[in-house]
Amino acid sequence: MTFPILSIIVFTPIVAGVILFLLPPERKALIRGVALLASAVALLLSVVTYFSYDIPQGGYQMVEKIPWLPTWGISYHIGVDGLSLPLVLLTGVVMFTGVLISWGVDDRPREFFGFLFILATGVFGVFVSLDLFQLFFFYEIAVFPMYLLIAIWGWQKTREYAAMKLTLYLFIGSVVALVGALAMFFASGLHTFDMLELERAGFSGAFQRIWFPVVFFGFGVLGGLFPFHNWSPDGHVAAPTAVSMFHAGVLMKLGAFAALRVGIMLLPEGAKVHLPWIIFLALVNVVYGALIAMVQTDFKYVIGFSSVSHMGLVMLGFASLSREGYIGSGLQMFSHGVMTALFFAVVGMVYDRAHTRDIPKLGGLARKMPLVAMAFIVGGLVSMGMPGFSGFVAEFPIFLGVWSAQPTVAIIAALGIVVTAAYIMIIVRRVFFGPMPEEFEGHIGDVTLLDKLALGVLSFLLIALGVFPGWMAPLVGSGVNSVMRLLGGA
Amino acid sequence: MFFDLQFILPEIGLLGLAGVVIGLDMSLRREARRSLGWVTAAGLAVLLGVAVWSALHPAGGDIVGGMLRADTLAASFRVIIIAAAMLSVLLAMGVEGLADRGEVYALMLVATLGMCLMAAAGDLVMLYLAIETTSIPLYLLAGYLKHDTRSTEAGLKYFLFGAAASTVMLYGFSLLFGFTGETRLAGVAQSIAAGAMPRVLWVAAAMLVLVGFGFKVSAVPLHFWTPDVYEGAPTPITAFISTASKAAGFAVLMRVMLTVFTPAVAPYWVGVVVAMSVASMTLGNVLALTQKNIKRLLAYSSIAHAGYALIGLVALSPLGVASTLFYLGAYVITNLAAFAVVIVVARIVGSDDIAQFAGLSRRAPMVALALLIGLLSLAGMPPFVGFVAKVFVFAAAVQRGYIWLAIVGVLNSIVGLYYYLIVLKIVYLYRSENEAQPLPVTAPYKWVLGLTMFGILALGILSGPWFDWAIRAAGSLY
Amino acid sequence: MDFFNSHLLSLILFTPTLAAALVMLLPKAQAKLLRGVALLASLVPLALSLVAWMRFDLFAAGFQFEELAGWYTSIGSNYHLGLDGLSLPMVLLTTLLTPLCILAAFSIQERVRVFLALFLLLETGMLGVFLSLDLLLFFVFWEVGLVPMYFLINQWGSKNRDYASLKFLIYTMGGSLGLLLAIQMLRMVVGTFDLPVLYQRWPSLDQSLFGLPIGTVKTIAFWAFTIAFAIKVPVWPFHTWLPDAHTEAPTAGSMILAGVLLKLGAYGFLRLVLPLYPAQAHAFAWVLALLAVAAIIFGAFAAWGQTDFKRLVAYSSVNHMGFVVLGIAAAAWARGTASAADAVIAMNGAVLQMFNHGLSAAGMFFLVGVLYERTHTRELNDYGGLFPLAPIYGGILIFTSMGSLGLPGLGGFVSEFLVVRGSWPIFPLFTAVAMLGLLLTGAYVLKAIQKVLHGPVNARWKGTALEIAPREVLVIAPLMVLIFLIGVWPAWLLNVINAAVSRLFG
Repeated sequence: MTFPILSIIVFTPIVAGVILFLLPPERKALIRGVALLASAVALLLSVVTYFSYDIPQGGYQMVEKIPWLPTWGISYHIGVDGLSLPLVLLTGVVMFTGVLISWGVDDRPREFFGFLFILATGVFGVFVSLDLFQLFFFYEIAVFPMYLLIAIWGWQKTREYAAMKLTLYLFIGSVVALVGALAMFFASGLHTFDMLELERAGFSGAFQRIWFPVVFFGFGVLGGLFPFHNWSPDGHVAAPTAVSMFHAGVLMKLGAFAALRVGIMLLPEGAKVHLPWIIFLALVNVVYGALIAMVQTDFKYVIGFSSVSHMGLVMLGFASLSREGYIGSGLQMFSHGVMTALFFAVVGMVYDRAHTRDIPKLGGLARKMPLVAMAFIVGGLVSMGMPGFSGFVAEFPIFLGVWSAQPTVAIIAALGIVVTAAYIMIIVRRVFFGPMPEEFEGHIGDVTLLDKLALGVLSFLLIALGVFPGWMAPLVGSGVNSVMRLLGGA
Repeated sequence: MFFDLQFILPEIGLLGLAGVVIGLDMSLRREARRSLGWVTAAGLAVLLGVAVWSALHPAGGDIVGGMLRADTLAASFRVIIIAAAMLSVLLAMGVEGLADRGEVYALMLVATLGMCLMAAAGDLVMLYLAIETTSIPLYLLAGYLKHDTRSTEAGLKYFLFGAAASTVMLYGFSLLFGFTGETRLAGVAQSIAAGAMPRVLWVAAAMLVLVGFGFKVSAVPLHFWTPDVYEGAPTPITAFISTASKAAGFAVLMRVMLTVFTPAVAPYWVGVVVAMSVASMTLGNVLALTQKNIKRLLAYSSIAHAGYALIGLVALSPLGVASTLFYLGAYVITNLAAFAVVIVVARIVGSDDIAQFAGLSRRAPMVALALLIGLLSLAGMPPFVGFVAKVFVFAAAVQRGYIWLAIVGVLNSIVGLYYYLIVLKIVYLYRSENEAQPLPVTAPYKWVLGLTMFGILALGILSGPWFDWAIRAAGSLY
Repeated sequence: MDFFNSHLLSLILFTPTLAAALVMLLPKAQAKLLRGVALLASLVPLALSLVAWMRFDLFAAGFQFEELAGWYTSIGSNYHLGLDGLSLPMVLLTTLLTPLCILAAFSIQERVRVFLALFLLLETGMLGVFLSLDLLLFFVFWEVGLVPMYFLINQWGSKNRDYASLKFLIYTMGGSLGLLLAIQMLRMVVGTFDLPVLYQRWPSLDQSLFGLPIGTVKTIAFWAFTIAFAIKVPVWPFHTWLPDAHTEAPTAGSMILAGVLLKLGAYGFLRLVLPLYPAQAHAFAWVLALLAVAAIIFGAFAAWGQTDFKRLVAYSSVNHMGFVVLGIAAAAWARGTASAADAVIAMNGAVLQMFNHGLSAAGMFFLVGVLYERTHTRELNDYGGLFPLAPIYGGILIFTSMGSLGLPGLGGFVSEFLVVRGSWPIFPLFTAVAMLGLLLTGAYVLKAIQKVLHGPVNARWKGTALEIAPREVLVIAPLMVLIFLIGVWPAWLLNVINAAVSRLFG
């Protein structure tokens, strides 16, 4: 067994969290330093892992397996493939930039970073899980810190409500899916929770038809699938910046990813049967999310609903059951993750200085924060699917895939792009250009170096993926091979 | 004979320890009496070791003339009970009115003795004896704080309810004896299985017996005493009752229902227990939502947890028994942690109101963290033991096709999560003026918190060996 | 050296991007430095395209200087560049106009650095469209050009710029949407984005798709492509974004917009619509011709009615591009038929008109800008009798206007003549009406000149220094030279164009 790089990535955050809890709370600089170091290590290792993956070989690599509960056939089984590896990288990036953005958190930074890191471990764990029980184990570890992070450090007005709503919704989704997982365990007859073995289990058609919706929608809640998306906008808005970044950037991908891994890959027949529903709901996500985003006056709510819309595209790609669609979804999860992290970072920076998120009250900020404006424009262009940026690289294959499934859906979904373009450009103009309200003169300064670093990293990734899809698309493609095999063969 | 003694070594030890404690109580000076707690705890620690050893090397048969069954199940429950007792004793060491009273420790030891006998009982008479040996000291302990009206009320209520419940139960026992001529449980089981008598008799007996057992585990509709008693009794005693006594109650419940009344009366009692389980979960969780007193909240929460544990029972499978056993182990550790924090806070703040927990996270971050871990484990969050315990219990239900029951359980967990999070919200979010004042945590509480935290995490993350142990224990009944 | 030879097109394509990055790294306060660097950097692509011109082989079929590398291989798209007689003039036009526009933009005072960087990025976008031989890559560069233009208008434009820029963006993106969907459909059916491959496979495709007969599918795709390009050209009635965008954009922006961006649409017709959908193009050629004529006539009338000088020039673009579209329509109709030779002539005219209009429109917008910077008004009625006050400017204005009008001896005449000559046998009625438009063109151009230069001197401007500056002469001079050159000796350009056109449409 080679160097357990994945385990180190998964557990670095929580080890750092434990260390943080042991530090005295007054040593804020030390706390921040430890947090930054841990997140840098995780990011670095994610990058190393990313580039060490052998694409021609494909399949799950860097696998580690240790028996955990042998009586149940549960083992600590982790590995990455072409679909999960970009998401691991995404988590590393969002974690690192999230720490940079949160440098200014002054109220109990120790607890803040501690809980954030517990969240990070949970997220990493889900992405690399190859054992169903373990997946749930890490999945729920990723849910409960959200409550505390939002309720304590969030936006005063709605934080308690939003935190509770978010936690309960997500918990409901996951435990419902858990029942599905238990059903799978008993029905497979293999007496194992190992996902690789369950892929070959051959569940009966009837079983799959009943249980696929349970599992898919259970996880779909976290993915923001309509009509279970309700927790997301409030949660996004109420959360502190780094938590919003994690939430929209990574957590929602967790839901979609788990829906794919557990729902589609383990119950492919069920997926095919329920296809029409999923396409319909995903389409609603895309169009409805965009339309609602357009009428928001709170900057953060716009971004929140825009996330709902973009996750709809991911689900649409899943539902297309086509190779291109899955490649697109895999890329979109990464691209949207980075983009939305960037958006929320920008929103946070604006709010910290202007103390309002009301779009009519903002204006002319590009003069004071030119880099922030540019970063937001980059994000906006990604959001619109502008070629040259990662959004196009991701959305185009999704549409290709949807074409082969349902042409009319592709056309309707494309409307979402136009609506997105409209509201993005309008917001860019209103918030960053145009006249600046007098209250802001003299009060608004530029962002810190760390903020700029975070924005720079995120923007760079969006452009890099847009200009050179070759550094991610083949990897995702190799991961999609196994999905197509399961869908085609089953 | 010697062989038999080996198994009941812990019980003998308990008795001896009680004697030692009473002796020391009479001989030591007033101030020195606080050390009685340490003596008791140390003694219990030793006995815990013995109990663990005996659980790993069970005798496996009837002993003491068939009065006791020395199997792994009994031994495992015994471990849980003694551990709970040890931790409860530590908890009592900081509470005025209890700490320096040798009586308290002695009574706790006697109650523990009764509980251990309950877990191993193989005979109706022994069963009743053990139940009473457990209950009477507990009645006394609940009402121990003479000058506190709530404690007295609690003690009296406990006594009245308990007496009524055990009367009904005794009647059930008498029916069993009357119609089978046997007091040994195995004998009764054989008699029932032989099918000589009309089924309705056994059903009636089962229902009556269930009353008594249901009371002990505080399942709906025999739960009415729980909130008032838990709230009124001194908190360490509440902790003790809610953990050890409940575990013992489950031991008895499982053994009697699964060996005596299965498979003959199974459909009937299972239906009733399922209803009790659903009602307990639902009522417990729903009523907990509105509580303002932490002890009452934990009382209702414990009713709900009894409901979850009952799911494992109705599965009628080795997995079911193992999962219930594991669940109880998890629940005991976690509840003790929660109560430890309650005591630590109440000693300084002076009340059990949840609102008083505001600002705890700033005042005593580690204590708040312990409460966080405890409550989240109760809610069923990983990586804590509560998560695994719930998964196992629900798995047992799913295995048997009780999907709907698992769903009910799952939905109830969500309700539970809600009120646990409310408490945590108050702890972490709300501020209070007393934040700067330190919250001293004395040695016994540090022990309790440390051990329970360790237990919650260790059993949660490395649950394999523990669950295997539970499966082996379940093998005693199958 | 080998790298240079084998990657000539990539160098042309990306040196503007590198220049933009370089400019962004320079300190933003040093306006002179920024301008100088940007100007010099923009001369590099020009030099390289001249090299390509020199090395272009008139007698070789197909594309030259091809480069092929994997790009988005997971969905079958490659980085495929190439040049033929159709795209070479366009590339040359782009690389020529950009330095001139940058030179014209020396008068921009605010946020110079970002302006120049955006401009250079825009150049890459435009060049990419002309050089792409991969449909997805084509689309990418097509869209990439939109955003810098949006910001150029929105940030440095005049009063109504918010409205104009947003309208420009949404309109064009809306059109691109249809294009995007059609491209996706093409990919799903043929399995590749590569243009040469598509040219071979797509026209002969005959199985039914999505339950519809192939003919219907192709027609839908044809219209999707056509509308997208029609918006860009712009073809009447999709032209309404143009007057606002042109008028509100800063001078350099208008120059490049009229000079090159409009040609992207026409190029799209030539490169994609006609080769891929010959049958549909033939069937609907009359529609295109009708709309072309409408553009010519209505554009001219609209120009005639303007009082804003810049808006007048904007409508003149509609008018002139109408000829391009007429030529394309004629070629669409007659391709492969007996009148093929006429089609070739019309097409040659169309492409030459694209080049000419690029020069003259850029020139006209520039001259409007020169005047605006001094007078701060674009209202024709505010001017009057400026000739004595600015004789050199006046002379240049007259020259350029004549070029725009199509005076024989200047470039515009040659191209318009070819279009008319080629379309006459194919669409006699339309051509006749179009020639009426020519009359109107003359009318509005002369009206403009008259209002600006002739008549009594407007007392308002007596004290203002109106004369054109040397830098500005430097901008307009190359354009004038070329307009003249094409007018008297068009062969140097026509040969290149003809080589491609006759092979493609003969």
